Amino acid sequence: MPEGTFCNRTPIQSEKALKRLLEDTGGKTYYQEMKALEVDRDLLWGTIQKTLKSRLRTWLGICAHCGMCADSCFLYRISKRDPRQVPAYKIQSTLGEIVRRKGNVDNAFMHMAMETAWAKCTCCNRCGLYCPHGIDMGVMFGYLRGLLYQQGFVPWELKIGAGMHRVYRAQMDVTDKDFVETFEWMVEEYEEDYPGLTVPVDKQEADILYTVNAREVKHYPEDLAEAAILFHLAGEDWTVPSSGWEQTSLAMFAGDWEACKLQVQSVYGAMERLKPKRMVGTECGHAHRATVVEGPYWAGRPDGRPPVRSIHYVEWLAEALRTGKLRIDPEKRIRVPVTIQDSCNYIRNHGLKEITREIISHIVAPGYFREMSPNREHNYCCGGGGGFNGIGLYRPQRNQALITKRDQLLATGAEMVIAPCHNCWDAIRDLVEEFHVPIKWSFLKPLLIKMVQVPEHLRPENS
Amino acid sequence: MYEFLAGPMFILSLCVFFVGLLVRAIWYVRGLHWQMDRVAYGMYPGPGIKGAARSIGYWLLPFGTYGWRAQPFMTVAFFLLHLGAVLIPLFLLGHTLVLKAATGIALPAMPARIADFLSWAAVIGIAMLALRRIALPEVRILTSAYDYFILLVTAAPFITGLVARYHAGDYAFWLSLHMFFGEVLLILAPFTKLSHIILFFMSRAQIGMDYGIKRGGINGKGMAW
Repeated sequence: MPEGTFCNRTPIQSEKALKRLLEDTGGKTYYQEMKALEVDRDLLWGTIQKTLKSRLRTWLGICAHCGMCADSCFLYRISKRDPRQVPAYKIQSTLGEIVRRKGNVDNAFMHMAMETAWAKCTCCNRCGLYCPHGIDMGVMFGYLRGLLYQQGFVPWELKIGAGMHRVYRAQMDVTDKDFVETFEWMVEEYEEDYPGLTVPVDKQEADILYTVNAREVKHYPEDLAEAAILFHLAGEDWTVPSSGWEQTSLAMFAGDWEACKLQVQSVYGAMERLKPKRMVGTECGHAHRATVVEGPYWAGRPDGRPPVRSIHYVEWLAEALRTGKLRIDPEKRIRVPVTIQDSCNYIRNHGLKEITREIISHIVAPGYFREMSPNREHNYCCGGGGGFNGIGLYRPQRNQALITKRDQLLATGAEMVIAPCHNCWDAIRDLVEEFHVPIKWSFLKPLLIKMVQVPEHLRPENS
Repeated sequence: MYEFLAGPMFILSLCVFFVGLLVRAIWYVRGLHWQMDRVAYGMYPGPGIKGAARSIGYWLLPFGTYGWRAQPFMTVAFFLLHLGAVLIPLFLLGHTLVLKAATGIALPAMPARIADFLSWAAVIGIAMLALRRIALPEVRILTSAYDYFILLVTAAPFITGLVARYHAGDYAFWLSLHMFFGEVLLILAPFTKLSHIILFFMSRAQIGMDYGIKRGGINGKGMAW
């Protein structure tokens, strides 16, 4: 059987195909079919010839095999220093080998490469900081994922995830109507507490266009209300787009570059339609990476920037606190030992390290903040990045991968960790459950709601 | 033999070395692709140059980066080798004389004592790198015969040069052998991993520009390499 009904080289293009694949619970048939999936070697080698440019070729070629990347990789460290977990080995034995063999690899090889690309690398990019040649193996694994996706060797959940973006322009089956209705409903819930609270939809030329993570709409709608409340209290002129509101990209984790482009184009479309001064995205790391850092290149924007200045939620929050748009009640600042999780996707990969510390200086009472070690751009991945959190097939490996963050957290002695990133938040929630770690975890928004001062003119009349 | 190795063969080796490495550098730059690499190389010259300079500079500093500090043994081995590998070929008295005779280019010469020290340091550095390859599982798994070949090609000019310098054995023989290995190294450089002589700078500049332009250089203080 060259290609299966579920497991094949064709991306999910329709709602019907998506639902059918979803019905194959856990991807049982999907993975069964994958065992017989043929490698289209001409396609593989042809793609490499077209897309493997000098940066990646040079990286593969000049790797000095010095092993300095080994200790930089948290997956190596928690695998009893198994040499097969050395980043250089992982990429040389997969992408390097495919290139050396000119694409002449078989099904078993592709299975090995798939496991390496999705269960032995979270694309956290930390190794790139520790290589004397500046070889970023996370970037290469991203490239390898693209090749594997094209061949149909991709974990079931990510094939679905990429399909979701293709069908719904969202990582979940949340329609534009669902988004607007949920946001409006959540805002109504809080109207009494915050008179005048609204969610302006499709307002032209607002100061802020707010975009979210579809999970918030589907599973954590309070997050939408909290965002609305904080914008409201800060007196911001903000809006949400009725379409193009989804900032995330499971397609990026899957290596489905075409879907990546479709997704960011929907957000950029909203920017062009509504002409806001800038965009603010929610507390999500990979969403920011996808829409703000990588997205412009997928969309073919030569300036490497989205159509309007786009910032992460932490940037907006730091600014609001700095300029006094939001004021914290000093009595309500955090007074337990607290630490912050530096998300790879906007700390290491977008330089926002000091911004989050600035927020800490406003919301944590002096003396209670604890840095993780290492921290900032040298912080370790939460353990669930790059799609790892969501892949059932690699759940045991993912749970093992949480050990690094568990030990980092325990070493701080903190009772709470602030995780302004959905992926990190999930991973920390899971490690708390898996290892019974006594630590609370939170996004910023719910913490802010509890401590922000409500200006007199915005208070309910009876208070 | 000396005349041949110090004359036409020397000139040829230099040409292969410089032209070869230049071509590698040009190929590298020509093969960069703003959209495929996802770095808007040409759009932000300021942050690009700053990012590239920081990325190269910190890594040229002994213990200047988190990576160097995390691996002191490797750092010592690396700098022992590379200090000698860069300075000895250029500024050793004998080398400057041969270069002047063959090309007319006059470089200043370093005192013999420093040259001795750097040469021994380079040999020790190479020995330490070889030891790492044998002793550490994480390096062993990456190591192939090719990696030892590169170490050997690098070690040969130093070892033969030291033998000649101390007149241990037939001086003329060892000197010729030294020149031969030196020229082998020059000729192989553009075609092997020794091309990192130039590609180190290209690759580090690229990742520096990547971080400087795209991955946050514009947002803050820049990457703490």
